[in-house]
Amino acid sequence: MELDLDTIKRIVREVITTRSDEIDCGKCFDELDRFADLVLAGKNAAEALPMVQDHLEHCPECREEFEALYEALRTMD
Amino acid sequence: MVERSNWRWTADLSEPGPVRDAALDDLRAEMVRGLSYAMARHREVTDADIEDFAQEALLKVLSGLPSFRGESRFTTWAHKIAVHVAYTELRRRRWRDVGLDEAAAPASGLLPQPLTDPSAQTEKHAMQQEILSAMRRALSEELTDRQYQAFIAVRIMGMSMEQVARNMNTNRNALYKLLFDARRKLKRSLLTSGFSSQDVLSAFADAAV
Repeated sequence: MELDLDTIKRIVREVITTRSDEIDCGKCFDELDRFADLVLAGKNAAEALPMVQDHLEHCPECREEFEALYEALRTMD
Repeated sequence: MVERSNWRWTADLSEPGPVRDAALDDLRAEMVRGLSYAMARHREVTDADIEDFAQEALLKVLSGLPSFRGESRFTTWAHKIAVHVAYTELRRRRWRDVGLDEAAAPASGLLPQPLTDPSAQTEKHAMQQEILSAMRRALSEELTDRQYQAFIAVRIMGMSMEQVARNMNTNRNALYKLLFDARRKLKRSLLTSGFSSQDVLSAFADAAV
């Protein structure tokens, strides 16, 4: 199995942007509803919850769930 | 559906009776609607699946009511739980028969050499090859066995974190810590190899549109 170019780029960027401290999936999940509402309201969610933003940039599964949640909320609003 | 404030949702759902039953009906309908949008791109998800996900999520909402902090809309909090239930099940189905054997594969077989990037000029292309070469070396030499296994399984093979955690006899949060530690080591190795963060980001940026 060989990786495609986009995946390789994403993995390398994830590695090089790793910070000294990150929250885990549990802590990200705890804050995800607050983060989603901030994004929906057009507020700077990344500034308000920087550790959540960082986790979403490094965790594909949490990012996938956030994107699905956001898409659902945005469509229903 | 009755419009409810956060306070009204938690109050209506708290005590058994017709008020709670009505609130549960409304919340179930809300979750089904949300899941239909959230899962729209997953063609394998059926209407019956969505009903099952909503039902499981409803139970989690009820048992988790005391933990709702009111920092978001109640419905956003509930939808978050429903989406998580749905994705947990989808990943379980996708990966249930896959073990970790493939995650023992050497990284050299997974990171292509040479990398083919049509958007890269010669100099950028050369930089990409050097960085990937350093990554392959770091993967093989810097990580512990568990870090290597976790990184290959989750990040390279794309396996579900729950599945990998189960196979490694750990939990998802501990697995995330393994992956974080692996990334830190890989990053440190790239930096000590002489690449700056900017070098790496520039070499692996998406092509300009």
